[in-house]
Amino acid sequence: MKNRVVITGLGVVSPNGVGLPAFKDAIKNGVSGIRLIDRLVELKFEAQIGGIPEITEELKAQYFTPLELMKFNASGILYGLIAGVDAWNDAGLKLGNIDEEPDWDSGMIFGIGSIAADKLRDGIVLIDKLQVKRLGSNFVIQTMPSGITAYLAGKLGVGNQATTNSSACATGTESILMAYERIKSGKAKRMLAGGCNDSSPYTWAGFDALRVATYKHNHEPEKASQPMGRDASGFVAGSGAGALVLETLESALERGAHIYAEILGGDMNTGGQKGDGSMTLPNSVGVQRCIKEAIKDAGIHADDIDVINGHLTSTGKCNLEIKNWSEALNRKGKDFPYITALKSMIGHTLGAAGAIESIAAILQLEEGFLVPNLNCKNIDPVILDLVDEEKITKEYIKKDLNIIAKSSFGFGDVNACVIYKKYTG
Amino acid sequence: MKLKEVIKPYSQNPEALENISATTDFTNDLKINSANLVDVFLDVEEAFEIELENSSLEKIANVYDAIDVIELKLQEKNQA
Repeated sequence: MKNRVVITGLGVVSPNGVGLPAFKDAIKNGVSGIRLIDRLVELKFEAQIGGIPEITEELKAQYFTPLELMKFNASGILYGLIAGVDAWNDAGLKLGNIDEEPDWDSGMIFGIGSIAADKLRDGIVLIDKLQVKRLGSNFVIQTMPSGITAYLAGKLGVGNQATTNSSACATGTESILMAYERIKSGKAKRMLAGGCNDSSPYTWAGFDALRVATYKHNHEPEKASQPMGRDASGFVAGSGAGALVLETLESALERGAHIYAEILGGDMNTGGQKGDGSMTLPNSVGVQRCIKEAIKDAGIHADDIDVINGHLTSTGKCNLEIKNWSEALNRKGKDFPYITALKSMIGHTLGAAGAIESIAAILQLEEGFLVPNLNCKNIDPVILDLVDEEKITKEYIKKDLNIIAKSSFGFGDVNACVIYKKYTG
Repeated sequence: MKLKEVIKPYSQNPEALENISATTDFTNDLKINSANLVDVFLDVEEAFEIELENSSLEKIANVYDAIDVIELKLQEKNQA
């Protein structure tokens, strides 16, 4: 008998809300977190807008010691640590104490999109000035990919596997599935999963150069991210973190923990950059296979899915994603599930996307509501051929939901799809 | 004491810092972890405007050792 896996803790640092209550409020009300970013204007980016969570010095001081904040310049770790500690506390778990044994039953798989480019740049400037020594002690721990896990694991006091995953824009969803599998197989009782991403021009520059970030809305940032929109012209770079505590149902019941939702299953694959796939585009065969395998793994039927929480980035390729969903589920028109495109509010938070968007899905299941999709007054006609317009909600609607499918797709043609279910005992 | 101010942000034991003396050990008494010792000596270099090469750093375990090395470096600098 495989373990059932439930979600007992959530933590979120999003461009449109820091902390669970603020985030829940923001997604219900369709609050955009996209702003003009002065630094991108100075650096003459084409796309000068982005999503950056607001973190005050007071908030930082609640999570980091003054010593940890000396020469600290890794915003991904900053967001990830806040979200991770919040999720742990939310689950009713205690932070580790130096005098205690590590908690051998708890571990973490926490993803990051790319390493701390700001900190890396600080170091590169010194190295080129022949001042290697002045990098100090914390250059390595802030720039290693597993930095986020190293910072968090120490605070939480976990003793099971503690690692970092990275699979481009699928990172957050992948971390949840990997943590789920570790618990399901009996190798851990609890895992912190999640993803984070830096807000840095040096992280975002590559997307500007690739011309996949929209440059048409610098004067109206909140209108820039238009998943499924007819005039969608590119994504908006975002940043932040989402963290989830996954746990065996048995352990959650034993502890009397609050259960947000259950993970029924999922799948991860790659389309191999074959067919219509490439380094930067997904192979539709791989995407559809991932969705179908996730449904099979979860032991549900395609018709059971109430909502699709899509990848839907606003690059003009959303119609292909919807077509893949429609073919994989064999559903269309009024029979198509509701669609949520959280990136319309927060932009593409890259390594954090799957985690932050999953948290929205889980809150929707728990409380029963659909969120507004922003900036889709004029929907892509190709999408309207497949989906009845009422399925693309434009306002907050109270509605009982049972199952949400969350997908993320990333560069390198990697796919991840997870199936969440309302917890009903 | 100028050295005490430099050490202050890194010490994890306020009591030992308050009662600092020549025999106070950086690791055992002040509870400064080995990685942060690197930062302490970078700050020492800056505060005293000296340079500490690896061979000098290896000799430093307690406050007495540190003062010894700093004084030697200051002397060398004044003679130069």
